[in-house]
Amino acid sequence: MALDKPYKDIPGTTVFDSTKAREGYRLNQFFYSLMKAENRERFLADESAYLDESGISGEQKQAVLDRDYNRVISLGGNVYFFGKLFFTDEQSFEIGAASMTGMAPQEYRKMMVSGGRSVEGNRYIGEQD
Amino acid sequence: MARITAGVATSHVPAIGAAVDLGKTKEDYWAPLFKGYEFSKQWIAEEKPDVIFLVYNDHATAFDMKFIPTFAIGCAERFGIADEGWGSRPVPEVIGHADLAWHMSQSIIQDDFDLTLINEMDVDHGLTVPLTLMYGQPEAWPVRVIPFAVNVVLYPPPSGRRCYNLGKAIRRAVESFDEDLNVQIWGTGGMSHQLQGPRAGLINKQFDADFMDRLVMEPNELADMPHVEYMREAGSEGVELVMWLIMRGALDDKVNELHRFYHVPASNTAVGHLILENSK
Repeated sequence: MALDKPYKDIPGTTVFDSTKAREGYRLNQFFYSLMKAENRERFLADESAYLDESGISGEQKQAVLDRDYNRVISLGGNVYFFGKLFFTDEQSFEIGAASMTGMAPQEYRKMMVSGGRSVEGNRYIGEQD
Repeated sequence: MARITAGVATSHVPAIGAAVDLGKTKEDYWAPLFKGYEFSKQWIAEEKPDVIFLVYNDHATAFDMKFIPTFAIGCAERFGIADEGWGSRPVPEVIGHADLAWHMSQSIIQDDFDLTLINEMDVDHGLTVPLTLMYGQPEAWPVRVIPFAVNVVLYPPPSGRRCYNLGKAIRRAVESFDEDLNVQIWGTGGMSHQLQGPRAGLINKQFDADFMDRLVMEPNELADMPHVEYMREAGSEGVELVMWLIMRGALDDKVNELHRFYHVPASNTAVGHLILENSK
């Protein structure tokens, strides 16, 4: 019998569950390695070579090189881990989050200062159709 | 004997720590937030707790994917300040209370909560931002702190019910310690926020207000809220709020609400703050 995953119908949201964590293990350990200054330097000096050492898949590598965080999530990345790459890129968490919404940083900041994204119409996939 | 006198709930957004560390607290963006903690700073200066049992979550800092404890208690004599990827925060090291923590770990495990014990750990913004909000920028923290880390990164976190019941076990553990200590319990994280995916930036003020009301008035009923409701209504990272139920479970059924504050935004997050006191 399958596990109950009632969170699958939340729009624009990927829950970091056991399936995603299994898929993203090496990817997240790569992000974690960026906690150390010397690793950040080595990564920035030659991203491709550093990623090849990490044992992640070709798809995961491309998503990291592209800084395509929605793709990173779909391949098992978790935000607290790939947040280390925001910092490596000297980017705030706010700008990192904005990049996943398709909004420009200023537009995202304006939304947050105005009270954030409303939950209305954002609870269930297909709600707005 | 040791006793739990009060509970504090607060968000622990990393950008708040950065705002203090970089001297930005008077800026228009941040000033309203810090105003909401002025009462709290005065209150804690008068209360002078001996120990804070600080419930928080590690953010892929001390724990990577190698080991993922659901509940972990810090038994060390001291805890370093973690470098989370942009250098350590310029805050004092955290002094633990090893005697009480070891005592509590034995009591809580015998009470059927299988804790992980930690003897060496650096603590991240989840623990240091609440200290900064409540104590400002002292040379040394004027209190001992027992870090208590809860997994809310990998789904599933512990249920609200489990957290609430754990709070009760924490209280029994404190009250069976012979030394006369004034202990506070803090529950941190939340409120509504989502940091990931196209729905990032979600804030739900109504959910947050209801959550605070129910936490104060009917925590036993609130403990039944399923994870999916937190995530749907308060964002995928809003599920951190289960940690507030650990704090609440350690207090009396009826508490006095001394202070409440709510502010949007701090970076991507709604900031909520409560001070709850047991009747004297």
